[in-house]
Order: sequence, then structure tokens, then C-alpha cells
Amino acid sequence: MRPFLTAAWLIARKDLTVEVRSREIVATTVFFAVSCTLVFAFSLVQEGRTVVDAAAGLLWIAIAFSGTLALGRTFERERFNDTLRALMLAPSDRPAIYVGKLLGILAMLLAVELVLVPLVGLLFQAPLLAHPGLIGALVLLGTLGFCAVGTLFAAMLVRTRSRDVLLPVVLYPLTIPVIIAGVRGTVAVLASPPDLAMAQFWIGLLASFDAVFILLALWTFEPVMTE
Amino acid sequence: MRHFVRAVILAALVLAAGVHAGSAQDRPQAAQDEFVPVSELPQTEQLPAAPLVIAAYSVFWLLPFVYLWTLQRRMAAVDRELSDLRQRLGGARDH
Amino acid sequence: MASTPNLQLPTPDTRGPTATGGTARLGVGVWALGIAIGALLFVMTPRMIALAPYESTMGLVQKIFYYHAPSGITMFLSAFVAGIAGLLYIFKRQPRYDRMCLAASELTVLFGAMVLITGPLWARKAWGVWWDWDARLTSSLLLWMMFVACLLVRRYGGPGGERLGAAIAAFGMVNVPFVYVSVNIWRTLHPKTTVVPSLAPGMRGVFWICTLGFVVLYTLLLTTRARLERQRAMAEDLHLALEERSTQS
Repeated sequence: MRPFLTAAWLIARKDLTVEVRSREIVATTVFFAVSCTLVFAFSLVQEGRTVVDAAAGLLWIAIAFSGTLALGRTFERERFNDTLRALMLAPSDRPAIYVGKLLGILAMLLAVELVLVPLVGLLFQAPLLAHPGLIGALVLLGTLGFCAVGTLFAAMLVRTRSRDVLLPVVLYPLTIPVIIAGVRGTVAVLASPPDLAMAQFWIGLLASFDAVFILLALWTFEPVMTE
Repeated sequence: MRHFVRAVILAALVLAAGVHAGSAQDRPQAAQDEFVPVSELPQTEQLPAAPLVIAAYSVFWLLPFVYLWTLQRRMAAVDRELSDLRQRLGGARDH
Repeated sequence: MASTPNLQLPTPDTRGPTATGGTARLGVGVWALGIAIGALLFVMTPRMIALAPYESTMGLVQKIFYYHAPSGITMFLSAFVAGIAGLLYIFKRQPRYDRMCLAASELTVLFGAMVLITGPLWARKAWGVWWDWDARLTSSLLLWMMFVACLLVRRYGGPGGERLGAAIAAFGMVNVPFVYVSVNIWRTLHPKTTVVPSLAPGMRGVFWICTLGFVVLYTLLLTTRARLERQRAMAEDLHLALEERSTQS
């Protein structure tokens, strides 16, 4: 177990170190998320004013789009120097590579969401920060579910043609339950009065999704990645 | 054996997710669980049903048979290719 | 590098296609069985459907149900077959699992298309709108899209596309309960009068015969499609053998 965790931690730390030094992915993704939100704000207009109830949906759309970008960019880095194959050749547990990449991407996305969530709350007058625990749990578990599926498929697509368009094509249908749960949970928290029971139900569903798909990804990572 | 154990664990987790989904008591009923008798229908304009039924059944029959037909054509093409290849290999072998 | 293909050519089999695949055509026996069952069911079922009792509130248009619901069942069955075959291929790497996964994925898309085209045809009359985000239809749409993605990846993913396709099929299959639960609960916030009636006794028999017919049709299509892939693989092997022969001489 120790070597597994050490390997995963080393890979995550490597990714985060590169990111901290270059700030490339987080900066570009934050900017993308903000522009995305603005596009929605301008397009979803009713009687000349932005639709306030749209906050929950927009938040999760922005998370999904930003997540796809971050996943693509992270693995593009690996492809550039063929470092993914080097990682696979290293004498460590293969699934540790998956966990390491997952943790790195998760950390980057959470950094983006630290900016995105308050921004959406501000622009759409949505009291997202009123229940930080529930919103935090929803965002964390939802992002984790999205990344769990995304990391596996982004890794598989690294050497594939048309990988830029195939990643969203594959990812969005598979992560619809995450989006539904995230949006409905956020709506439940934002309702007045907040429907805490529903929010907890959706959090539970997200947790189950995460558990099942992380396990499935761990199980299939090595066979699908080896030639 | 290892794979089987993992498959069982995965199935158990999916089952647990299902139990969780079904257990929450203060959540609203699912939209459609079983066949439910119709009590009243929304008012719809008078649409003739026959064209819709005919269109639907045409789809049901057309799609599988078109698929089967394309399958047959592709099989015939591969069949020809196979016999051609076998001839060429058989001929080359006789040198 | 691929191992040297087996150069022992099967002798022309005058007895008809053998299990090792003498010809690409389906055996006469399989065709006979298929036609017999097909004729029985597909000649029987229209008659049975026409004679089935009218559903009291929806009338004629409800009869779409007798093929629509079995198509849905077959679609889910096919998704399951594709998912299992995908997992087997990922772990065992035997080409026959990949072929089964491909065949089942294609058929999931086929039967899903049938469900998704005829559902709105029924809905237009019964509910007044073409699409209503009905829980079952929406779940079917999502499952259908997952398998369309699977086929797209196999087609445009280049080498290694089969493993990707297998993984998508497997993930898609495991996703089915999550999709169903989340869409179902989501839909309760927009309740809609449900129009699916409980099955009156006169309808039950017809429904199950139609389901049986669809499952038989599915099995026929699945085995045929998988066989086509197998013949293609054989042709590729022979191509390779020819190339090796020509480079040697």
C-alpha cells in the first residue's frame, strides 16, 4: 500500500509543481470559465435581465467545460515528450499513475472552482456561499466523479487521432448523472427555503457514482493502457 | 479469481447506490416506476392516429431489415474477397 | 508483430459452412430457423396486435407499444451484452470478445434508434408534444448516445480504437442504473400524467410474444454481425500471408 500511495503522491506532486511554476492550466482554465459564464449570462436573458435561476445550471456547465479543457491540456503535456509511456514503464503500480494524475487534475480544477463558484454567485445573485458545506460537498464530489471518468479516457486518448473532439464526445454522455446530480443538488441548496434532504440525497448519489467509477477505472486502467 | 472478486465488489457498490436511491423516504416519488393506470389524459387536439401507427411500424420493420440487408451485402463482399485471396495463396503455393 | 497466420487453407467444404467458417454465408440451417421463427412471429404478431383489445383512453396509437417496449428491452439487453463483452476483451484480449462488443454496440444503436423514433410518434398523439423529457425516453437517449460515442471512437480513434470502444461500452453499461435513477428523480420535479397503462390480460400475451420475437431477431443480428467481423479478420490474415509470401519470394 505504501509504495502505491508514494507513487501516486509523487506523480501528483510532479504535476502540481509543473503547474505552480508555469500556472498555465489554472490560469487559462479560470479565464475560460469566466468567459463561459459571461457568454451564458448574456445569452440567457429574459426581459432584458439575466435569468437568476440559471445559476446552478451554468455553474455545472462551466465546470464540465473547464474540466474537459484541463484534462486535455494535462495529458497533452504528457504526450509531448511521450512521458506517459515512460511512466507506464516505471516499476510502480500502474493504477498509482491513474490516482496520481487524478489527484493532480482534481487539485487544479478545485483551484479554478474557488474562483468560479463565488463569481457565479455574484453574477446571478445566488446564495452559493450560504451553505458552504453542502455546496462544497457537491462541487468536490461532482468534480471528483467527472475527473475520475475523464482521467481514464483522456489517458486512453493520448495517442489517438481526433483526441481533442473525442474526449468531450466520450465524456459528456458518461458523466450526465454527475451533472444532473450536481445541478439538482445546487438547486436544492439555492431554493428558499433550502431543501436539505434533497441536497443530501444528491450528495449521496454523487458519492456512490464516485466510488463505483473510481473502482472501475482502477480495475481497468492497467489493461487498457498497456499495448 | 482476482477479477471475479473485483467484479463482485463493483456490483455490490452499484447495488448499494441503488439501495440509497430507493431508501430516501422524504424524497418525492420517481416519475415512473411501474405501469400506472391512466386516470385522465391531457386534452390533445384531434390527431389521426393511423398515420403515426403506420409510420412507427414502418420504422420497426424497415430498420432491422435494412441492417440485415447491408450485413448480407458486406458478407457477400468479404466472401468474394476470401475466395479470391485463397486462390491467390493456393496458386502461389504451387510454385 | 503479428504471428505468422495459419497458412493451412480450409478445403472447400461441400457439406456447407462449418464451424471453422468455410464460407461467409450463414448456414442453411440457421437461415431456415431464422425464417421460420421470423415468419411465425412477424406474421403472427401483426395479426395478434390488430386483434388485441383497444386500450380505453389512447385507442389505436397505444398499439405502438407492442413493438416499442420490446425494442427498449432489447436495447438494454444489447447494452448489457456489449458491456460484458467489452470487459472480457479488456481483460482477456481475445478478438472474439471485441467482435461481440462491436456487434452489440451497433445493435444497441440500432434498437435505440427504433425506440427513440417511435417514442415521439406515440407521444405526439398521446401527450400532444413530440418530446417531453419522459424519464424512460430520456434515459434511453443517454444510453443511445453513449453507444454512438462508442462507435464514433471505434471509427475515428485510429489504432487502439477497439480498446477505447470496449471501455466506453463497459462504462456505459455500469452507468445505466445511475442514469436511470438521476433522470427519474430529476423528472419528478416536472410531473407529467403518465400514459403507460397497466397491462390488461388480453395485451399481456401479445406483449410477451413480441418481446420474444425481438430477442430472437436480436440474437440473429448479433451472431451475423459478429460473424462478419470474424470473416473480415480472416481476410486480413490472408492479406498478411500474401504480403509475407511476396516479400519472401
